[in-house]
Amino acid sequence: MQVWHRVVAVVVTRIFLGLSLLLVWQFVQTAAAAVLPEDRADVMYHSYNGGGVEVTGPSILLRKSFAKNFSGSYNYYVDNVSSASIDVLSQASPYTEVRKENSVNLDYLHDKTVMSAGFTASRENDYDANTSFFSLTQNMFGDLTTVTLGYSRGSNIVKNNNDPSFEATADMRSYRLSLSQVLTKDLLLGFAYEAIADEGYLNNPYRSVRYVDSSVPAGYAWQPEVYPQTRTSNAAAIRLNYYLPYRASVYGGYRYFDDTWGIGANTYSIGYIQPYGSNWLFDINYRYYNQNNADFYSDLFPYYDAQNFLARDKELSTYSSHQLGIGVTYMFAKNGFGFIKSGSANFYYNYMYFNYEDFRNVLDSTPATVGDEPLYTMSANVLRMFVSLWF
Amino acid sequence: MMQRVVFTVVVLGLLSACSVEPWVKPYERAHLADPIMNPDRDPVSSAYLNHVHDAREGAKGAGLASGGGCGCN
Amino acid sequence: MMGKRRTMIKSGLAFVLSAMIFMATAAADEVQGKAPDFTLKSASGKNLKLSEYRGEVVLLNFWASWCGPCRQEMPYLEQLQDRYASYGFTVMGVNVEEDSSKARKMLKDVSVTFPILFDTSNSVSKAYKVAAMPTTVIIDRDGNMRYLHKGYKAGDEATYKQWIKKLIRE
Repeated sequence: MQVWHRVVAVVVTRIFLGLSLLLVWQFVQTAAAAVLPEDRADVMYHSYNGGGVEVTGPSILLRKSFAKNFSGSYNYYVDNVSSASIDVLSQASPYTEVRKENSVNLDYLHDKTVMSAGFTASRENDYDANTSFFSLTQNMFGDLTTVTLGYSRGSNIVKNNNDPSFEATADMRSYRLSLSQVLTKDLLLGFAYEAIADEGYLNNPYRSVRYVDSSVPAGYAWQPEVYPQTRTSNAAAIRLNYYLPYRASVYGGYRYFDDTWGIGANTYSIGYIQPYGSNWLFDINYRYYNQNNADFYSDLFPYYDAQNFLARDKELSTYSSHQLGIGVTYMFAKNGFGFIKSGSANFYYNYMYFNYEDFRNVLDSTPATVGDEPLYTMSANVLRMFVSLWF
Repeated sequence: MMQRVVFTVVVLGLLSACSVEPWVKPYERAHLADPIMNPDRDPVSSAYLNHVHDAREGAKGAGLASGGGCGCN
Repeated sequence: MMGKRRTMIKSGLAFVLSAMIFMATAAADEVQGKAPDFTLKSASGKNLKLSEYRGEVVLLNFWASWCGPCRQEMPYLEQLQDRYASYGFTVMGVNVEEDSSKARKMLKDVSVTFPILFDTSNSVSKAYKVAAMPTTVIIDRDGNMRYLHKGYKAGDEATYKQWIKKLIRE
């Protein structure tokens, strides 16, 4: 681990400890209180289609408050995957798979503090992920400041459909600090920092890297990828929401990311919300993302076992992506209907475009052009259609 | 180590005990309470888009939590 | 060394827990002092002055149309008005919005029989140092503030009822 990572880790754990003790102190002061999230039900259909991959499914959320100070929620989420991605086509054969995820959350409110805990279980035929989290949210300074401290722990089991005897584990620990600050009656600032530590089997048992091999017709051969057993990352993000006098809002944000694998990434986003009448909202937004490759990444290694660690996952390559989004919301039953307080019907569409700088399209390869294949690009269409009801 | 923790807590405790006069009064929060100023008004939708990004990007973390709002109760 | 640290942590936690218990039992919501007088325009068009209600128990409720808990509280305030008005009691709703059109619209759906006043310049909110939404102030027959409750949570109306009954008997 680099020196400054160690310094950051020490600072973070100290701030974390100090802030948790502060929150206990705040817990003691009685004053006006905060609110729990509203009771609601959401039903969403999601669809991702791009780069030969199609993933669709539902996401259903139910949230209900009870016993005066508690709020509980349950989320059911499914990914129906049909994959013929470039990795799948070049190293295996197209497949379909279903991933199901169940989450439960509980919030407890006491004066200005909200304590939350939750558990998520994700299951697919070759990957089990169990994540639990605990967080403390505190309102301060006349409810102008909201501070949240969160800790989450994941424990995953990785299997291989081609090798029933294979089973490995991967663990994750994350520390989060986020702050929301009202700057003026029209301006809201958000800040978040998260440190994540991963340990165990962190790669994909199906994926391989390629290396130059003039003894075979293709000019290159495959060997399984090898990743480090640990990864520590830092992410820090800032966001602003500004209310425009004629009733509209503009928002934007930036996130910085780096980790011990040598990846550095920047995310820039900007958006605009325009209401129409008292029932319609229109949202238009743009997001730009770029990252540089992991230290042990290469599209083509010079020979077999060229390094201790080998990766050719395009997620770890040098690339940039653009994302355009539009959304329409229609708010209905604003004055209630039976037991419903209000509702909304929403449609969101995003177009994503990925431009890889050191990941090549091997499906377009000839022995003469090994290592010189065209750089890969892909685009994706993402759809979200959902109805929300508030009780 | 313990000394430094106590020091941090005392400083933060004193800071929080300082009664800062809120410069935005509770009755001036009409705009902040508007759903268009709530970045987390559709948690199911935001969580899904974050998942789409996390699954395809090397970066992860620092998705933002909620705040602002009407400041009621 | 471990033993010493463990004792420190245990005593620290013990202190914190006892502080919490102590604080939880401390009294809240009782206030003193004369209720600042004011004149505001009401929803019916007339100007209403607080001091004209001297001799009655007054529940002053600061609310806004954008405030969820305020909307939740309204029907309960109407119930209190209905029940105790004949004993010399009235609720007075003070809307704190600069633009009262949203409030007027909301009142069409949540009709109440008690007077609603519009504090469009926030002079009354400032005079009463409103520090939370909603804020409920209960004033006795002599024009003195007796209780100040910040916020609204389900069940608070039972507390208001107790205070009103006490002040009505004075």
